[in-house]
Amino acid sequence: MSDTLKPATDWELAGMIATYRDRRTPIEICGSGTKRAIGRPTQTAAAISTQSLRGITLYEPTELVMSARAGTPLSQVEAELAARGQMLAFEPIDLGPTTGNTAGQQTIGAVFAANLSGARRISAGAARDHLLGMRGVNGLAEEFKSGGRVMKNVTGYDVARGLCGSWGTLAVMTEVTFKVLPWPEDTATLVYTGLTDELATELMQSALGTPFEVSGTAHLSAGLARRLRHDGLRGLDTPLTALRLENFPHAVAYRREALREQLKASGFVKVVELDAHDSASFWNEMRQLSVLPAGRTHLWKISTTPGKGPKLVAAVRRHMEAEALYDWSGGLVWLEVPETADAGAADIRRAVATHGGHATLIRAEASVRAAVDVFHPLSPAVERLARGMKSAFDPYGILNPGRMYSGL
Amino acid sequence: MSRKQLFAIRVRTPIDAGFRMSLIRLPEPDQGVISRRDVIIKDLEKLVGVEMIISDEDGRRAYETDALTAYTRMPLAVALPKTTEDVATILRYCRDNGVKVIARGAGTSLCGGALPAEDALVVSVSKMNRVLEIDYANRTARVEAGITNLAISGAVSKDGFFYAPDPSSQLACTLAGNLAMNSGGAHCLKYGVTTNNVLGLKMVLMTGEIVELGGGHLDSEGYDLLALTIGSEGQFGIVTEATVRILRAAEGARPMLLGFGSSEAAGRCVSAIIASGIIPVAMEFMDKPAIHVCESFAKAGYPLDVEALLIVEVEGSEAEITALLNRIAEIARPFKPETLLVSSGADQSAKIWKGRKAAFGAIGRISDYYCMDGTIPLGRLPEVLVAIARICGSHGLKVANIFHAGDGNLHPLILYDANDPDQAIKAEEAGAEILKLCVEVGGCLTGEHGVGIEKRDLMGVQFTEIDLALQMRIKTVFDPTWMLNPAKVFPLSAPRPQAA
Ligand SMILES: Cc1cc2nc3c(=O)[nH]c(=O)nc-3n(C[C@H](O)[C@H](O)[C@H](O)COP(=O)(O)OP(=O)(O)OC[C@H]3O[C@@H](n4cnc5c(N)ncnc54)[C@H](O)[C@@H]3O)c2cc1C
Repeated sequence: MSDTLKPATDWELAGMIATYRDRRTPIEICGSGTKRAIGRPTQTAAAISTQSLRGITLYEPTELVMSARAGTPLSQVEAELAARGQMLAFEPIDLGPTTGNTAGQQTIGAVFAANLSGARRISAGAARDHLLGMRGVNGLAEEFKSGGRVMKNVTGYDVARGLCGSWGTLAVMTEVTFKVLPWPEDTATLVYTGLTDELATELMQSALGTPFEVSGTAHLSAGLARRLRHDGLRGLDTPLTALRLENFPHAVAYRREALREQLKASGFVKVVELDAHDSASFWNEMRQLSVLPAGRTHLWKISTTPGKGPKLVAAVRRHMEAEALYDWSGGLVWLEVPETADAGAADIRRAVATHGGHATLIRAEASVRAAVDVFHPLSPAVERLARGMKSAFDPYGILNPGRMYSGL
Repeated sequence: MSRKQLFAIRVRTPIDAGFRMSLIRLPEPDQGVISRRDVIIKDLEKLVGVEMIISDEDGRRAYETDALTAYTRMPLAVALPKTTEDVATILRYCRDNGVKVIARGAGTSLCGGALPAEDALVVSVSKMNRVLEIDYANRTARVEAGITNLAISGAVSKDGFFYAPDPSSQLACTLAGNLAMNSGGAHCLKYGVTTNNVLGLKMVLMTGEIVELGGGHLDSEGYDLLALTIGSEGQFGIVTEATVRILRAAEGARPMLLGFGSSEAAGRCVSAIIASGIIPVAMEFMDKPAIHVCESFAKAGYPLDVEALLIVEVEGSEAEITALLNRIAEIARPFKPETLLVSSGADQSAKIWKGRKAAFGAIGRISDYYCMDGTIPLGRLPEVLVAIARICGSHGLKVANIFHAGDGNLHPLILYDANDPDQAIKAEEAGAEILKLCVEVGGCLTGEHGVGIEKRDLMGVQFTEIDLALQMRIKTVFDPTWMLNPAKVFPLSAPRPQAA
């Protein structure tokens, strides 16, 4: 890859894409480039970065809505929101540190293009659930929009949400409009100790089945817990299962007790509590996957039915060593496996086929990513529809071709 | 509210309103298909069984319209499949024989989304209404798509769970219709609309091919075709099953009534509540005409002397509820509420919601109405309400406003007399002006009811030709020959893309 073009307007971007369209020449699409090493390696003549499409274009705190140009750093978006006591409720995960980049670099456009959500996804929804509208340019160099700036909108197809998770293979988003929510006034975390993966999953599921609106659930093996930066928790030297409560202070105080009591009745008793400050630092570590630092291992992201998480991991462990970080009450498994030629893809995908869900290879060298399916293989019917989508948006196959799937 | 009341929306007259209220054009039916009608019916009966096909005139008449009752069309025939495989067999036959298909749930669409056509087969999934699996541990339910919205909550409420999206039509409308329209409801302010509460679905394409999108897990591999399919108004395929998220109900919930001397004060109060960091479960608005009709229907204790009423509901334990309601009362104070009434208990809460949810039906008993569904940025509420009154007044019509205030989703009900052809046309003209205004102030044509035939020709107000052409190419991906619900959503004049 030689040049990186940085258009400053939609119009300029459309002009650049038109050039590549006319030449039928593939281009790489990126934000700040922190996720370049995710996906299948591609052959492109140049890259277009959204980095010069920057700035918050609309913020109405009382309407819970913000618009930002796609290349605006997420950190800027979050700082602006925090200044008004608001946040992105889906708590976008930062894959920077785990893929060998620094934290806090990603752009808001990429957060939606990759549909990255963190622990609060189970209660607040995914990135895609918060996207209200977008503007962008497709592979025909056409400027288009979908959705808008209002909370409820069913006018025409939900193209905006359909673009979430498309990794720049359908269109370049130039501006995104999304829903924001107030920061909870108080947070507490109950951390249960010493549980097996199965019991931890049961605990997390039970907690979500209470009326107390648990907004985060995560489980770390003892090995992963020892990698935490949080001294107190690291020192416990045992598996940790965390349950987060967020609300007004009086409600958090009440719910903390009520939740403890209810879980005690199911036999879960060994627990330490984190206050708002410690909660923030623990869940921040989760957001940056601090316990899964870049290194000589491969990393998978597996989404499955929560109750199936531990079984799926056990099935993989019959074939290889694996460290598992569970989020989404067991439904999201970050699986760290030793380096091998196929990153364990065959065995992992077999386990996923048995238990349901999908697996994405998040961290591996280019040679491995070229050799295995990085994104989960699609059923024939879905693959045909996906190819149709690609040709509806990018019929000449010039935008990030092959990044997700061969031919898409 | 009984099913009958829900549909007591408009008194039908012997004169066919469909030909009188003629602003919306419907395509000429394909006479070739109509001339083959007997053969088509025989074939279908042979394929799936006589009991699944309705072909007699009386039987078909029950399907000639939806809740946009001014438009009626007698369908070629109606199929009532019982399984996904039945649907696949029917669609394959229709594709091979050039018969268009219109999917239908309960027919409560307010935008003519389920309006039949003389040359099309209506395929209603209403007989596919079973709960297939309830999984409390993973908080999901797998159901057939013809189940009514309320029946999903009904199946899990004994265990303290519920399905969150709650359209006011929930007693009758099906999940299939909700998925097609991405329906919302009063409690969506906190819990989101249909698309935020669905994990997966099973859909039959026009080819008879069965596709599964999503499932028991979160987020999709590859493109989010699930998100794209929800809200596609029956134009991609026929949905036969879905996996939905069920939630544990809060310990308790209680609504509060806040009455104001002006709509503007009510609107500002809504903004102030949100600005304070409280997201109530629901925040509903009614203006004076709506309050009067709903109160006489539900006896909920709505104040009759205020100009605008907010129903604000919060959830939690008793103590939490009290603390939140006190805080909201405090926030409301500067806007000088004339009424501030906390529901006295379960009985009154039920009445308060009954009045709100029966609002359309109750108003329908006193007048014909045309229901709009635009969404606006909340900050523009006061000026938009003034403009709506002006627009309706200039057409000599009255209007009642009732809507989801927290998210700016307006429902002006334009009152008119369906027996007066002139008024009917004026109602549609006023409606179009209101929707254009919604787009002008930064909102959209429809927040939850969908485009259907009703707003089809206004799409150009919100979208460019390029935007629409892109959406039409997506339709073509799922349904290359435009056999499914073809004359809806897009202006008839928009050029149809060729299948790849
Ligand atoms: C009194 C009243 C109150 C209402 N309140 C609300 C409200 O609060 N919120 C709200 O959002 N809506 C509301 N509505 C509108 C309406 O109830 C919703 O749009 C509902 O989702 C329609 O469901 P249905 O089963 O009646 O679908 P139908 O009217 O039968 O069909 C609606 C659309 O779905 C498509 N469809 C049906 N079945 C399938 C299928 N199996 N596969 C694919 N497509 C299919 C149809 O082709 C059509 O386009 C209200 C309507 C009435 C009459």
